[in-house]
Amino acid sequence: MKSDAATARADFAAALKDAAIAALIALGVTLPLVGFRTDQGPDYKLILTTRFDLVAVMVALVFAARLALTLWTGHRPHAAGSSAVLERLKPAGSALFRLAGPALLGLALVLPFLPVTGRYELDLGILILTYIMLGWGLNIVVGLAGLLDLGYVAFYAVGAYSFAIISTQVIPATLPALGPWAFWICLPIAGLLAAFWGIVLGFPVLRLRGDYLAIVTLAFGEIIRIVLLNWQDFSGGPNGIASIPRPTFFGLPFTPGKDGFAATFGLHFDPTHRIVFLYYVILMLALITAFVSTRLRRLPIGRAWEALREDEIACRSLGINTTNTKLTAFALGAMFGGFAGSFFATRQGFISPESFNFMESAMILAIVVLGGAGSLLGVVISAIAMVGGVEMLRNLEFLKSVFGPNFDPTQYRMLIFGLVMVLIMIWRPRGLIATRRPSIALKEKKTISSDLIQEGHG
Amino acid sequence: MEVFVQQLINGLTLGSIYGLIAIGYTMVFGIIGMVNFAHGDVFMVSAFIALIAFLILTTWLGVGSVVLALLIVLIVSMLFTSIVGWTIERLAYRPLRGSFRLAPLISAIGMSIFLMNFVQVTQGPRNKPVPPMLSDVIVVMQEGSYQVTISYKQIIIIVVTSVMLACFWYVVQKTPLGRAQRACEQDRKMAALLGVNVDRTISLTFVMGAALAAVAGTMYLMYYGVVSFADGFVPGVKAFTAAVLGGIGSLPGAVLGGLLIGLIETLWSAYFSVEYKDVAAFSILAIVLIFMPQGILGKPEVEKV
Repeated sequence: MKSDAATARADFAAALKDAAIAALIALGVTLPLVGFRTDQGPDYKLILTTRFDLVAVMVALVFAARLALTLWTGHRPHAAGSSAVLERLKPAGSALFRLAGPALLGLALVLPFLPVTGRYELDLGILILTYIMLGWGLNIVVGLAGLLDLGYVAFYAVGAYSFAIISTQVIPATLPALGPWAFWICLPIAGLLAAFWGIVLGFPVLRLRGDYLAIVTLAFGEIIRIVLLNWQDFSGGPNGIASIPRPTFFGLPFTPGKDGFAATFGLHFDPTHRIVFLYYVILMLALITAFVSTRLRRLPIGRAWEALREDEIACRSLGINTTNTKLTAFALGAMFGGFAGSFFATRQGFISPESFNFMESAMILAIVVLGGAGSLLGVVISAIAMVGGVEMLRNLEFLKSVFGPNFDPTQYRMLIFGLVMVLIMIWRPRGLIATRRPSIALKEKKTISSDLIQEGHG
Repeated sequence: MEVFVQQLINGLTLGSIYGLIAIGYTMVFGIIGMVNFAHGDVFMVSAFIALIAFLILTTWLGVGSVVLALLIVLIVSMLFTSIVGWTIERLAYRPLRGSFRLAPLISAIGMSIFLMNFVQVTQGPRNKPVPPMLSDVIVVMQEGSYQVTISYKQIIIIVVTSVMLACFWYVVQKTPLGRAQRACEQDRKMAALLGVNVDRTISLTFVMGAALAAVAGTMYLMYYGVVSFADGFVPGVKAFTAAVLGGIGSLPGAVLGGLLIGLIETLWSAYFSVEYKDVAAFSILAIVLIFMPQGILGKPEVEKV
């Protein structure tokens, strides 16, 4: 007994020392950037103010957290316990997941008619659905074909700008009669142009893999943004393109006039009609994306994508044309990005290069990867969490009463976003829903945990 | 001719900064095979640490001599940035070692976003200017009314970079730590079997990369006299381009690549267009990776099954 007490005391001392070291490092990290703040003084000179109290709080938190963590992991009977619990929970979890898809779809379909849904909820729904669609589009490239694309926003931009230029310049100049149909004509054209650019940008990078591919696609995305920013005559430069035509209900505009949507159907004019319509358009576009990508998975091309993701060399040895396989993935992913871009342009009515910066690409990629690359439901969950969660942050008024009236939670949104990316990678490197369903099986189809899968050189 | 010589001087100065950052990318890539996407932001953080140290020294402690202040700032910035670099590796990358291929890159992107916004939240989103220092120039050449000049700060940047690279070269080539690093780079498992503490070596690699980025950050602050929270991204990508151009994994290659990127950027701005100078750098990245993936001094990659 005595020796037990002695080891416990020694453990505690070691944990204390460990926590003290962690606190010291935390001090080193936070002291310069948190402890001092530079502000613009009256004469354009910087003045320093100190916030050592904040540093002390942070260091104390790190100390306490580290101490608790060491003592907790040290006293746990054995680490296997928690995973056994998880195993037991799994059947219930998978049943839940099977129901989650149809349930979410049902909710999405009736959302505009729910009594609680106002203008704000609809706008948020449209925003989340846009990201879901982008996520599903990128999922073809990243999740199925295993090509890490950090410049996906380029295709989103191509779609948005194609739509904007065709609908504001080309159609009025050539066939003004098509005006009310602009959205429905431009949508496929924008998608095709984006797919074309997908092939153009995809072709040179076919030989690259993994990290290299990611950085080159990032470079392409930035090049397109800089060109849009500087090519004034073509894209309007930093001012962007304004007064992009709003969508019409298959030719019927959402206006209070006699030819409007409301008058034709004998309804009272209500500006939310257009929002509801936009909501269903993006829902439909997103569902088409999901439908196409699940169907393609079962075609030879989809199998080739997944084979490519698992092992490129084996893929080539088996006679799969990797060039075509990669290019189709790029082109299809880009096409859906282009559709989403057109939708974005028509919804906003105004676009500028600032909407298509690297952060947007990182956001879409994060939605795909954190949700679990390859999983459609994972993309939905992480899109709701990322986009909706950020919106939630905006509404947390009670934080203001804790941290004072100047506290603005939205400025922490990207900070939390980055932190969540790191934490989810550490906790579940393959994303939240990280299971792989084999597309072909000998006897029965079984969903396997991705921990059991060894990834080849994709 | 004079314009060319002037741009050559400016390009070499800029290239030194890129080269110092590029070493951080190339060392980390050589040793654990990941693109440390957050390295550009470590550079930005170091510039902020340098800014704060400079303000403390000049406004609070009243250090009059700019050279002395810069020396202290350099050391302080290297010290604190090293701690930041070590912490990032420990928290965001080490748990992912041996995990699936893309996990460290995603984690690094998250870390990059985190650092950028951490600085934005703690220091505010505005540009931070410091008063111009050491702006006196030496006239090197004169042709008519056009003077080719080199400023004191440009001389300091080139001298400090050379000294730092010499120290760094000594550490990598002549010390036990450098030997361990080179061993880990060749074969991590074998190095571990032979008694090299691999985790410690990787940590120290991050520390060295961060310290060199801190030198670059201090020089950047002194040269441009302004820094903002978003200043890490573009220099980071350009330094990565430099590392790829020189041959990723090759230390002399990183310096060579940095100088070349600096020269290309300044010459492009002088003779073509300033707006598209980033396009030039990004295009070089794409072209090099597509046509010459092994870079100038790198070894060709052998694919093993």
